[in-house]
Amino acid sequence: MLRMDAMRAIYPQLERCVVVTIMGATAAELQALGHRPNFFYLQHAMGLASSMGLGIALSRPELKVVVLDGDGSVLMNLGGLTTLARYRPPNLVHVIFDNESLLSVGGFPTATASGSDLAGIAAAAGITRAISVRALDAFAVAFEEAIATNELSVIVAKVDAVGPRAFVTDLPLLENRFQFARYLKQRGQADQGRLPQESAT
Amino acid sequence: MPVSITSSQLIYDSLKACGITILSALPETWLVHLIRMAEEDPAMTLVRLAKEEEGVGISAGAHLAGAKSAMLMQNHGLLQSINGIVSLTRLYRIPLLMLISYRGEFGERDPWQTEGGGVTEAVLQTLAVPFARLDEPGHVAARIHKAQTLADSSLKPVALLLCRDLMWEE
Repeated sequence: MLRMDAMRAIYPQLERCVVVTIMGATAAELQALGHRPNFFYLQHAMGLASSMGLGIALSRPELKVVVLDGDGSVLMNLGGLTTLARYRPPNLVHVIFDNESLLSVGGFPTATASGSDLAGIAAAAGITRAISVRALDAFAVAFEEAIATNELSVIVAKVDAVGPRAFVTDLPLLENRFQFARYLKQRGQADQGRLPQESAT
Repeated sequence: MPVSITSSQLIYDSLKACGITILSALPETWLVHLIRMAEEDPAMTLVRLAKEEEGVGISAGAHLAGAKSAMLMQNHGLLQSINGIVSLTRLYRIPLLMLISYRGEFGERDPWQTEGGGVTEAVLQTLAVPFARLDEPGHVAARIHKAQTLADSSLKPVALLLCRDLMWEE
């Protein structure tokens, strides 16, 4: 499975979600599919995309938050899986694209290349909905189920170690950051406006 | 355990007065009462961390989502958080209020705390993180409020050092 194809398969469903991606190929490929104001690309601070997703999910339980993570990043913050398991925000879907490689920095193998099982680690951390998929159709089904359910989900998608030639896009980091925050603010105001009178108090 | 309940309550009330609704924390001796207060407060979301740097990510996410948050950690937790502070909060101009128990200063009896104590202020200066000491009850509320104000206006991390004279009753 190509990560690009996997993201293309779920792209329509990301429109109503709040999306946080990691750096490098994942960020560049999602932008190639089409940037949206509800997408935030964490272009550094490896490991913290899932922590950001947790912060957003806890702050805004009415939103569905999707983290598009990678094996290299998750391996830098394995403890974060135990924190996710502890608070298990039902509105968080944690996708880990596992290409068994630090592709963006030279393609050196990660520990998943020699057998470390991220879905197994997530499950052992206490995340009960944690699966690993290898085929595109299985990924699409798993993602759709994760979006539909009201339970923290981890999906490890085994993908090929290929990516785009370049990682720098024409979206400046700060433009992305302020646009994303503004989207979340306006989405909150719009949702507030739709609430019935009695529950708005 | 002679950790000051009075000072802890003062700090906690000051954080509440700033509108903090999410506290991420990793326990340490001086923070026990603060963490318990957060745990017992139904209006506060307490996130217990495995490692302090996670808290930088959680606070960044909370900020972008419109919630006010703070981190409670030991100065060794600050050392663990440096890449997150640099490559997330400073890179993306995100405010971050850090309350850091300042172990290893004058009066420290635990040998293992002393190296961290010796580098804390130099690290904050190198990171260009503005900081102030909380070392007596009289200025706690005002300094927490001012720290939060600067974090929000500058869109950068700020630190308050919880000092022995405030936190520990001999």
